[in-house]
Amino acid sequence: MTWDWNAVGAFMPHFWDGLLVTLEALALGSVISFALGLVWALLMRAPTRWVRWPVGAATEFVRDTPLLVQLFFLFYVLPEWNITFSALTTGVIAIGLHYSTYTMQVYRAGIEGVPAGQWEAATALGLPARRTWTAVILPQAVRRVVPALGNYVIAMLKDTPLLMTVTVLEMLGEARLYSQQHFQFTEPLTVIGVAFILISYPASLLLRALERRLVR
Amino acid sequence: MTPGLWKLVLDGIWVTVQLLVLSALLAGFMSFLAGIARTSRRWVVRFLAGLYTEVFRGTSALIMIFWVYFVLPLAFGWQLVPLWAGTLALGLTYGAYGSEIVRGALNAVDPAQREGGIALGFTPWQRMRLILLPQAVPEMIPPFSNLLVELLKGTALVSVMGMGDLTFSATLVRLALQQSAEIYTYVLLIYFVLAFLLTRLMRGLEKRLKAGVGRASDSVPATGTKRAATAGAGAGATAGGSAS
Repeated sequence: MTWDWNAVGAFMPHFWDGLLVTLEALALGSVISFALGLVWALLMRAPTRWVRWPVGAATEFVRDTPLLVQLFFLFYVLPEWNITFSALTTGVIAIGLHYSTYTMQVYRAGIEGVPAGQWEAATALGLPARRTWTAVILPQAVRRVVPALGNYVIAMLKDTPLLMTVTVLEMLGEARLYSQQHFQFTEPLTVIGVAFILISYPASLLLRALERRLVR
Repeated sequence: MTPGLWKLVLDGIWVTVQLLVLSALLAGFMSFLAGIARTSRRWVVRFLAGLYTEVFRGTSALIMIFWVYFVLPLAFGWQLVPLWAGTLALGLTYGAYGSEIVRGALNAVDPAQREGGIALGFTPWQRMRLILLPQAVPEMIPPFSNLLVELLKGTALVSVMGMGDLTFSATLVRLALQQSAEIYTYVLLIYFVLAFLLTRLMRGLEKRLKAGVGRASDSVPATGTKRAATAGAGAGATAGGSAS
């Protein structure tokens, strides 16, 4: 086994570029998944099954099929329909959409966890439906699902390397490019592997601490 | 889609299924090994199992696959057949997630059961085999079922390394036909059907195992099973914010 520290040094500038793209994709993907997930969760509480049933089926489908194939679908099929995005935008949409079907379940658990008395109190006070949601239910529901949403941010982080397959130069993309140019595979791949652990492990510790404080 | 292209897709399904079965076996083995080790009384054993879990859970499955394909041959001189390389990377990664399930289910068994085992003079191994595992395993099935679907989705990653699985066959068909909407729709549907079959299989298994320890299969508290969507305001005071 040979380990070349010079290769590590030479790779580092590319690593920082890649890290920036990874974090950018992660941030945008998180925002999309949080927003869309809430939309799905609210639609699933619609009074008519003509809304609930299609939303439930569509999200189940997205959740049970591989993100990689969905990514290819968006990347190759949308241009055929004359909708073109940049590779990074496509990747962010794919990740956001895929994970929104997970965050939706988190929101649902959060909404169902709000005590029935809160609903009854809102009804007794004569609050309109919109006020009941925005002022009573959602603030309590979102508060208790923050740690669970955080877990999905970490899961999303670990899925950002997939964007490499559609030519986005995030961390793994940069590592692969460097490896192919210099024919040194060990160092770049190990560096980004370690980087992922260094980001995700403290993040999960942080979430555990947050969970103890926020949930009750 | 010509018959020749459908043949490609069928071959792809076969490779995906093979990879799924092999890596599920490895992941299952690693889950129980690391999960049981994390309940050990020796700190060294707990530490090693925890290290394995955090390392493989901390990094991305795709990076693991790259590592097995590119670094193992260069660094250690181990050149693995693609199927085994994919199995190794996926099995170890998803085994790390599974070990958390095993540990959680073992910890959830009533402590009195373990104490009863000690009082009756069972050895630690007998306690695990005869008392703890038979009660813990049925509780593990719903989360394992979810993990198995995640593993199925994970098998798509090996196509990045050029292994001829279902996703890779889609790439070939796309290149052959110069159009992608049709084939990707089919492939997504095939994955969905596979996931559906897996969930059904696991539900049947759960029912049998639950019957074995004399419990109804419906009363599954605090696991990641799919609950029916409750309509109506204020329904369901059960589920807390403890998703995932």
